[in-house]
Amino acid sequence: MLTDITLGQYFPAKSLMHRADPRLKLCLTVFVIVLIFASANFFALALGVGYIFLGIALSRTPVKLYLKSLKPILFIVVFTAVLNIFYGAGEPLWQWGFLKITRTGLLNSAMVSIRIVTLILASSVLTFTTSPTQLTDAIERLLKPLGKLRVPVHEFAMMMTIALRFVPLLLEETDKIMSAQKARGADMESGGLIQRVKALIPVLIPLFISAFRRAFDLATAMESRCYHGGEGRTKMKQLRFGGEDWLILGSAVLALGAFIALNTLLPPSIVR
Amino acid sequence: MPILETKNLTYIYGQGTPFEKTAVEDVSISIEKGEFVGVIGHTGSGKSTLIQTLNGLIRPTSGQVLLDGQDIWQEPKKIRAVRFRVGMVFQYPEYQLFEETVLKDIMFGPKNQGLTEAQARERAYEAARFTGLKEALLEKSPFELSGGEKRRAAIAGVIAMDPEVLILDEPTAGLDPRGRDVLLAQIGQYHRERGNTVLLVSHSMEDIGRMADRLLVMNKGHKVALAPTKEVFSQGQELEGIGLRVPQITKIMQELQGMGWPVDASVLTVDDALKQLIPYLKKHQGGKPNAH
Repeated sequence: MLTDITLGQYFPAKSLMHRADPRLKLCLTVFVIVLIFASANFFALALGVGYIFLGIALSRTPVKLYLKSLKPILFIVVFTAVLNIFYGAGEPLWQWGFLKITRTGLLNSAMVSIRIVTLILASSVLTFTTSPTQLTDAIERLLKPLGKLRVPVHEFAMMMTIALRFVPLLLEETDKIMSAQKARGADMESGGLIQRVKALIPVLIPLFISAFRRAFDLATAMESRCYHGGEGRTKMKQLRFGGEDWLILGSAVLALGAFIALNTLLPPSIVR
Repeated sequence: MPILETKNLTYIYGQGTPFEKTAVEDVSISIEKGEFVGVIGHTGSGKSTLIQTLNGLIRPTSGQVLLDGQDIWQEPKKIRAVRFRVGMVFQYPEYQLFEETVLKDIMFGPKNQGLTEAQARERAYEAARFTGLKEALLEKSPFELSGGEKRRAAIAGVIAMDPEVLILDEPTAGLDPRGRDVLLAQIGQYHRERGNTVLLVSHSMEDIGRMADRLLVMNKGHKVALAPTKEVFSQGQELEGIGLRVPQITKIMQELQGMGWPVDASVLTVDDALKQLIPYLKKHQGGKPNAH
């Protein structure tokens, strides 16, 4: 079913990660991804990975869900890993024709796979523990300085909130329309490319129409509640940077310190 | 032999995920050819899921669906043929319209069946007649029609496939009272003229009571009953226990009977009730019977 997509889906639970300020979580996600990509040796990488695993453990979200979010990128990981194995310089450990595997190749391959996987895991921690509304709230707040440059930050944030909100709705709608057309004998599973594209028309037209209808309804509903954009608008849920958040921030600073030490003191594991 | 049967049918949504939910559990029903069966149940009772398994839109997790004694999933590649034989009108079907003209939209199903342009056109006209859609509307864009007309056009799109079994999921939801009555009367007429099997899902006990020979009662994914309409509605308390009720007029007659009036408490329509009450009241000149 179309509604089975987990990437970027909020998992409601009560945990430290759920309570944490979304601005902090957003910054931390970027921070930890930078760590992962800046790590020059496996010890520094392990630190970054460990930090993400700590986040996963603290999120009280089933590990199964994280594994599921990795499924769509499995192919990319395997593909880049295999490619990297054969692209290392130095003494070959194994050779067959022009294909050779070197120590550097193996290390590079491991490094790259770990990086891609943790990239997804880190953003999953963010999206599983932060509702889309909180997330756009955080983005809006973080980008607020851009408002001085006449960038319509609030409008962008509102557009994102609405778009995110409508994704599951439209998925459900697509599912319904597809069922209805299948019930009239629409064949979406067989035929060549052109036939398949043609078979989408009976789904896409009703979907567009319903999207427009929903958009008009939403606009009317917003106007009848006197929505007029960002100017002077207050928030029902104020973002608060509390004690726990300072604690998390402290842990990040510690991690950064340890990371710099590991990265500079220990020799790099990969040679580019 | 029954035309449509299910055997120990179970359907589980999102199996293997934390959101796993059993929508239908161990349901076995048997529907005879030419029957008009009403399907009732509280919201979330599994009736929508159940009817979608009947034409192969969803594949049961376990159990079987038999059409004319044949398991419809015996050859999964031929499932489309099943969908032509078991027509399904979804809730708010007007949202499925997509063609340039109403006529073309109604012809979509028949053409998928492999009929020629001329045959499909003939089917479309006939279906439009059954649903009371004026011929002048057929050349218009479906998006120019009124809500009620769109609904008729969408239902015609399924009837045009001439299915042996027609399943309608709340076809009158959101229509005005007059529109409901007319549409239901047309469905009834279609049923009588064609002799097809009809399954009608509805939340209106009055509509169901008036139309259906038998009722399938669902609760929390389980079959509670599949029995003649009068028999089901004689169990008022059980129905209320699962969030349903009996038609208002039946309730009134049941109460009157409880008060000692010699009336038949199983009537389902106001007309039938009047046939009993008027002679009785005339005889007693409007007075209460054995008032003591």
